[in-house]
Amino acid sequence: MTLSNKSIVAGALLSLGMIGTASAAECIAPANPGGGWDFTCRSIGKIMFDIGAVDKPIQVTNMAGAGGGLAFNHVVAERNEDADLIIAASSATSTRLAQNAYAGRTADEVRFVGAIGADPGVIAVAKDSPFENLGQMLDAIKADPGSVAFAGGSAVGGFDHLKPLMLLQRVGFTDITKVKYIGVDGGADAITQTVGGFTQAMTGDMSEVVGFVKSGDIRVIAVLSEERVPGFDDIPTAKEQGFDVVAVNWRGLYIPKGVSDDTFNMWAERLQKVADSDEWKEAMVANGLAPFTKVGGDFQSYIDGVVTEVRQLSKDIGVIQ
Amino acid sequence: MDILSNLALGFSIALSPYTLMLAVIGCFLGTIIGALPGLGPSNGVAILIPITFTLGLDATSALVLMTSVYYGAMYGGRISSILLNIPGDEPALMTTLDGYPMAKQGRAGDALVLSGVASFVGAFLATIGLLLLAPLLARVAYLFGPAEYFALYLLAFCTLGGMASNNQAKAAIAACLGLGIAMVGVDNNSGLPRFTFGNMHLMDGVDFLVAIVGLFAIAEVFFFIEGHGKGSSLGVKLEKVTIPWKDIWTTKWTMLRSSLVGFIAGILPGAGASLGSFLAYMSEKSLAGKDGGFGTGVARGVAAPESGNNAAAGGALVPMLTLGVPGSGTTAVLLALLMTLNITPGPTLFTDRPEVVWGLIASLLIANVVLLLMNVPMVRVFVRVLLVPPWILLPGVTMISFVGIYSLSGSYFDLLLMVGFGILGYVLRKLDVPTVPVILGILLGGHMEDALRRAMVIADGNLMYLFSSPIAIGLWIAAVVGFIAPMFLRGVLAKPQRVSD
Repeated sequence: MTLSNKSIVAGALLSLGMIGTASAAECIAPANPGGGWDFTCRSIGKIMFDIGAVDKPIQVTNMAGAGGGLAFNHVVAERNEDADLIIAASSATSTRLAQNAYAGRTADEVRFVGAIGADPGVIAVAKDSPFENLGQMLDAIKADPGSVAFAGGSAVGGFDHLKPLMLLQRVGFTDITKVKYIGVDGGADAITQTVGGFTQAMTGDMSEVVGFVKSGDIRVIAVLSEERVPGFDDIPTAKEQGFDVVAVNWRGLYIPKGVSDDTFNMWAERLQKVADSDEWKEAMVANGLAPFTKVGGDFQSYIDGVVTEVRQLSKDIGVIQ
Repeated sequence: MDILSNLALGFSIALSPYTLMLAVIGCFLGTIIGALPGLGPSNGVAILIPITFTLGLDATSALVLMTSVYYGAMYGGRISSILLNIPGDEPALMTTLDGYPMAKQGRAGDALVLSGVASFVGAFLATIGLLLLAPLLARVAYLFGPAEYFALYLLAFCTLGGMASNNQAKAAIAACLGLGIAMVGVDNNSGLPRFTFGNMHLMDGVDFLVAIVGLFAIAEVFFFIEGHGKGSSLGVKLEKVTIPWKDIWTTKWTMLRSSLVGFIAGILPGAGASLGSFLAYMSEKSLAGKDGGFGTGVARGVAAPESGNNAAAGGALVPMLTLGVPGSGTTAVLLALLMTLNITPGPTLFTDRPEVVWGLIASLLIANVVLLLMNVPMVRVFVRVLLVPPWILLPGVTMISFVGIYSLSGSYFDLLLMVGFGILGYVLRKLDVPTVPVILGILLGGHMEDALRRAMVIADGNLMYLFSSPIAIGLWIAAVVGFIAPMFLRGVLAKPQRVSD
């Protein structure tokens, strides 16, 4: 094979991957393939096309960097009026915006279209752990903060880290910096560390623990949702155990700020169609997501509330000044 | 037997003219993706994912196509390592050490065939290991906590001294340089950015593909320009390609040992194929001792890393399928593909979705055979790339590298960074400082630091925690021996001069 052939093949390869970009919409997953944002873009994009909400397959672009900050910055600075652009978002997006982790960018520089599913937060322990319920664990931490180390899939100060801290705040524990937390590469990794006995508890999302709950390797001692999750009815919520914390990792989209209201409504409508589709319901079940649909104007005010709350919490626990 | 009936189920799913065609296409595309510097297996697979949707492939067909690309890329990476001294992807890094010198001796064809066979052995044994032991091996991940991982990475760095250079101090400096570069980015344990100078593009640190392409390909271009096309080390002679039966036979134990080492490295989440090929090469090198001639283009030095990295590629599938923990970048992409197909890997996957698991394993076996057939008889095709004069070849490779890197992040910043690494590579080679340890520093340094920091959080800063398990202690002993032994043996061992330096 000569070089020219080789480059033609390479060129063809690259362009093959971009089939349909000409006028099709684009979904930016602000992370490498494999994570939650990537899943959001790929499944929402696929379902929108399958149910005919869009007439061309949606092209997924992975733009990893700065925990989503690179993509956020890119959208605000360079694509502010692009009507054919959607970006995957989750609680991590609003958490980081609240903590000013996107280099000064703020939540009102884009428009949040909606969330169509949420991954409830969980606190899990290994099957042979002495902790039977959330109360016992929180008491143990109050007595000796060093006795329980948490493993989670987000970095220090991230959403997974905040979950146990929110719970501890409810029981009046203030020495929050003493709580041990290690951020590893994703929820599954956090589980292996906990099952292996290197950490005493895992903090993460429901979807991350599903397989391990079924196999019996771990026990979930609390789910951080309003109500018990369908299909996992024997797992008690933190709320019913007397600790009023609801922390769900919603999955949704934002679009650039500079688009017209019509465009905003068009995307909201398409997203609603996905939420109502059977395909999405199947995808939610398979991935441990609970129904959580907030689309359009509702969602924007929800985000504003969440950002305010997380900012206050982060200040209280000293993650930001 | 359970396994046989399961395997029959797998083949009944994966073996049809249509899926075979997909396997052949996937293997071919994968080999090319692997061979092109800058386009690694992970972005290769990521780029091809949309095609599976556009073609409307079902779960099994999509898996067959993607695993063929995955294994194909692991095979393909060796080609540019051997022919151009530029690793096609990270795991192929170690193959440059002996593969390129071998090619310079006029045995390019031999090196390609031998490494193809070694790749086959590694991948084949790993697939067998996967199907026999996967549920069992998944437990290994539970034995590795922060302390054990730290000791494992320490072992890798301790055996670095003296590698790829006749001067241990220079290798150590290069490794430290790599470790320093690995510190750039957001610190995982405090969430604070380090050495980013407020630049968002540096928040996630330096991508090693950027570093590899810069240090190898771009630096090569600078040398080429400096020498007006004469000083370049591209001067591999091509003779007729035969199958080097003798080399294959004499390296049989090397292949087996390296496959085992690579497979185990692959199973450990996060360690991945690069560590597999590295450990395989280093263990063979120390086994061979002073008469081994590693670094001068010996057959064992070509076979070891290729068996190691292909076995690791198979091993990396174990934690991905059984725990949902990807063992390497590419398996993370495959994980994404599975999730989009509504298949959630985890401890119950083998019982819940046997058709997926066994279909996948069968397609791995098919892909592997296709790749051997494709890579050995067709080796002439790849060797002919060499007949293109360097003044066309080098800019072409560079151009493709730029496109590949740009496709990673879509940012021009990475391209500037890549040129910066090219300048660094040029300066380092002028100073006779080896560049391979720099890459390993970048590749493994971040993991090593994370492991140490996590261990310290768990143990409240008590250093004794690092020696708290038999596995950790064993790894520490191996690391200390690996570091000290070469110092005493330095007088005895006449370090071979690396050809390209």
